[in-house]
Amino acid sequence: MNEHPPIEVHDLTVAYRKKPVLWDIDFSIPKGKLIGMIGPNGAGKSTLLKAIMGLLPLVSGFVKVYGKPLNKKNNQIAYVPQRESVDWDFPTSALDVVTMGRYNNLSLFGRLKKEDIEIARQSLDRLGMSDYAERQISQLSGGQQQRVFLARALTQNSEIYLMDEPLAGVDASTELAIIELLKELKEQNKTVIVVHHDLHTVADYFDWVMMLNLRMVKFGPVDEVFNNENLKITYGGKLNLLSEMAEKVAQ
Amino acid sequence: MDFWEQTVRFFSLVDANVRYVLAGSVLLGGISGGIGSFTYLQRRSLLSDTVAHSTLPGIGLAFLIIGRKDQLMLLLGAGLTGWLGALCVNYIISRTKIKLDAALGIVLSVFFGLGIVILTAIQKSGSGNQSGLDKFLFGQAALISKSDLYILALLTLLLTVLVVAYYYKLKVFTFDPEFASSLGFSTGWLNLLSSTLLVVTVAIGLQIVGVVLMAAILIIPAAAARQWTQRLSRMIMLAVFFGTISGISGAYISFLAPHLPTGPWMVIVASFILFFSVIAAPGRGALSRLRVHLRNRKKMTREHILKVLFKESMSRNKWDIYYPFDQIMQMWSFTSKELRRGMRGLSKQGLIEVNEAMYKLTRDGIKEGSRIIRLHRLWEVYLTRYLDLPQDHVHRDAEEMEHIITPEVEKELLLLLDKPLFDPHLQEIPYLDYEEANDES
Amino acid sequence: MSPDFWIIVTAILAATSCGLIGAFLVLRQNAMLGDAISHSVLPGLVLAFIITSSNSVLPMLIGATVMGLLTAYLTELLSKSGLLYKDASIGIVFTFLFSVGVILLTLFAGDVHIDQDCVLYGEIAYTPWDRFIYASTDLGPRSVWVLGGVLLANIIFIVSFFKQLKITSFDSEFAESVGISTKKWHYLLMTMVALTVVASFEAVGAILVVAMLIIPGAVAYLLTNNLIKMLFLTAVVGILSALGGFQGAVIFDSSIAGFMAVFGGIIFVIALFYKIISGRIQTQ
Repeated sequence: MNEHPPIEVHDLTVAYRKKPVLWDIDFSIPKGKLIGMIGPNGAGKSTLLKAIMGLLPLVSGFVKVYGKPLNKKNNQIAYVPQRESVDWDFPTSALDVVTMGRYNNLSLFGRLKKEDIEIARQSLDRLGMSDYAERQISQLSGGQQQRVFLARALTQNSEIYLMDEPLAGVDASTELAIIELLKELKEQNKTVIVVHHDLHTVADYFDWVMMLNLRMVKFGPVDEVFNNENLKITYGGKLNLLSEMAEKVAQ
Repeated sequence: MDFWEQTVRFFSLVDANVRYVLAGSVLLGGISGGIGSFTYLQRRSLLSDTVAHSTLPGIGLAFLIIGRKDQLMLLLGAGLTGWLGALCVNYIISRTKIKLDAALGIVLSVFFGLGIVILTAIQKSGSGNQSGLDKFLFGQAALISKSDLYILALLTLLLTVLVVAYYYKLKVFTFDPEFASSLGFSTGWLNLLSSTLLVVTVAIGLQIVGVVLMAAILIIPAAAARQWTQRLSRMIMLAVFFGTISGISGAYISFLAPHLPTGPWMVIVASFILFFSVIAAPGRGALSRLRVHLRNRKKMTREHILKVLFKESMSRNKWDIYYPFDQIMQMWSFTSKELRRGMRGLSKQGLIEVNEAMYKLTRDGIKEGSRIIRLHRLWEVYLTRYLDLPQDHVHRDAEEMEHIITPEVEKELLLLLDKPLFDPHLQEIPYLDYEEANDES
Repeated sequence: MSPDFWIIVTAILAATSCGLIGAFLVLRQNAMLGDAISHSVLPGLVLAFIITSSNSVLPMLIGATVMGLLTAYLTELLSKSGLLYKDASIGIVFTFLFSVGVILLTLFAGDVHIDQDCVLYGEIAYTPWDRFIYASTDLGPRSVWVLGGVLLANIIFIVSFFKQLKITSFDSEFAESVGISTKKWHYLLMTMVALTVVASFEAVGAILVVAMLIIPGAVAYLLTNNLIKMLFLTAVVGILSALGGFQGAVIFDSSIAGFMAVFGGIIFVIALFYKIISGRIQTQ
């Protein structure tokens, strides 16, 4: 690699229906860290992930991945969307969903190879899901569905992982499995950003924390920035002015 | 008989015309099933109806412009306005507060109205009587010619190639558009591709099924196929098969009685396939749900019998008594039929011993009864301890859970609660079978 | 009175009664269920003809209402079962019932006085000659009486139950919490839709009735946020598309019902661009 940071975001503003939901975001992410992203509902956490992935149009600013605009074709970033974002009644099995992480390597008329399936099986195994490979996805529990999504991201073999609330509404054993996985990824020097909702566990799970509420409140190592004062700013009601301005800009 | 003669004539394919009709219907049914699978899964069932209706003005305009019935040009016109209809729907819902349903209805009825206006004008101008344009409303497979067939075959081939080429991309786009986009696939392009596949399929169907019912031929075989499988590839193949059957049946009926339109018959045949699928499909269909329901009820009755007998014996601390039928009936709200059947099943399982209409728990029966009571009481303990529910609130919930808790959950409960000896009502929790099973292992 | 006068009256009555009841379909996001019902009343209509071998109004209304409710119920049943998506359930139920209707129509063509063309786009031009004769007195075209009755019924329905319709359309959970059954009002509304559709059927046909049901309500929905204003605006748009449609058909010598739909579409497009442009001016 080179000296460029894995992700660099500069002056990023994102609007939804003309109403800004993220405002002047600036940050640069160090390599090989586990980063937790926290903030109240509607703070724009998912939006920020999507903006980094290039899934939303930007009003201003840019996102650079290793110093260049994101090239999605070579799996630089693996994205784990929220579980609610898909149709779980779709006719497909757990293994089948996981192989979707390999679709990027397929050419026109291309077919999946044995090796793709093998990689998908290994990913399922890493999350303790081998026994469920052939299950239809609607017959999986919420935690199991989440593990399938993570296994899919693993098959992309990316350097960077963006995960949208992977720990929301999952059972204890899934939470454990996911935390194990996060540690493994860190050992492999991967960079991971996780949208997180449980403030009690932030210090245990993550190295760095990103505190977001429409704008970046604080971003830094957990022991430096994760304190009451910053939490108060993040979750407090000091944003009336900003939301008011947002309304005005929208009109 | 005339009917049999005609049938033989149809299926022996001696008639060139029959061959065209049949080939056309098979092509249409097959490709509709395949493309329709994506349409169905992308929740575009009603959009396909709007697109089909929107093709009508295109047919009329193409006829007006070139002045004769040239199949290729008519299909081109149909495709263009059909596509325009889809675009209009998109535009309306993305630019205004009008919701999808109203947008679909507006575009459908306005385009169709325009089509009717143009067709009526053509008909009144005199040239229309020979045009046969009104056949596009409900379809007439019998009128298909050799050159029409070539066009249909070519379009079907084109669609098949596109689906094979983009199969994986279409699949991931249909399942999870955001993830598809994160892989670098252009969702705009895949959206366009999906719409184009839909529009071309509709165009293929116009002559055989007609504008009004084309959507049904797209959706119904796919919806039926969905009931039988959990794999997209198999769903597509089944939908192709169902579509083909509907196509052949429609063509056959309209061959037997030429005055009957083809489209409605195809829809009826497809609907019957769907009806059968919804009832009979394994795992998902109504019958297999009913079977599961009945099996559960049977299991619950048996477990209740074991439970009440166990409780009774436990309270008397006598395990060797036979109970008469009527006495057992009063222990629980059994009906006599239920109880008789339950007893028969239990004695077959070796859990109950029968002696001249008197019943007694066997050793295994005692163990099973102990297990059920334990699960019930463990759950009550769990609820009072962890959910802080008052003890008079936990019984009803436990009544249900005792039938559902699996051995793994039981183990977890025991670990969590540290193997309690009494339930919240201070009744003893029996561990008879549990100790025994653990001793053995 | 000239036949043209009666055609215009029929068109206005059909457009306003469809529009008023359809406005609630637009609000409840049930527009396509309206489309479905407008198709599936056909077998009810044909069966009524076949069974009574007459075209008297009452059996016709009963047959259509039964089919309309059946459509709403079956759609609900299929989508609630989790076996089919909701949009597909709608599409499947009405195409099936409509197909049954068309086949019955072709099989019993001799007994039934409507034909395929009428089913699709109506025969409003012939309605002035279908007279309502009571005690050997000619009281005018039958369709005017039927449609007038249905319009009156719709107005009474909407005025008397305005509160319930409004609450169940706007916030069904709140409605349930104050004891107003969303389900009951859903089916009552669908009954009125079926009655209205079948009364308009002869005039404008199964598919173009959708235009009368949805477009006026949608235009009004675009232009105002006030329910009462919306209903008045709906009626105005309905009347305008009836008048415009008739004029257009006269000029181009073509289908009146078709032109009513097209004219409704034109009004919609104007409202749409007015909304978009005025929105743009405001932001600047």
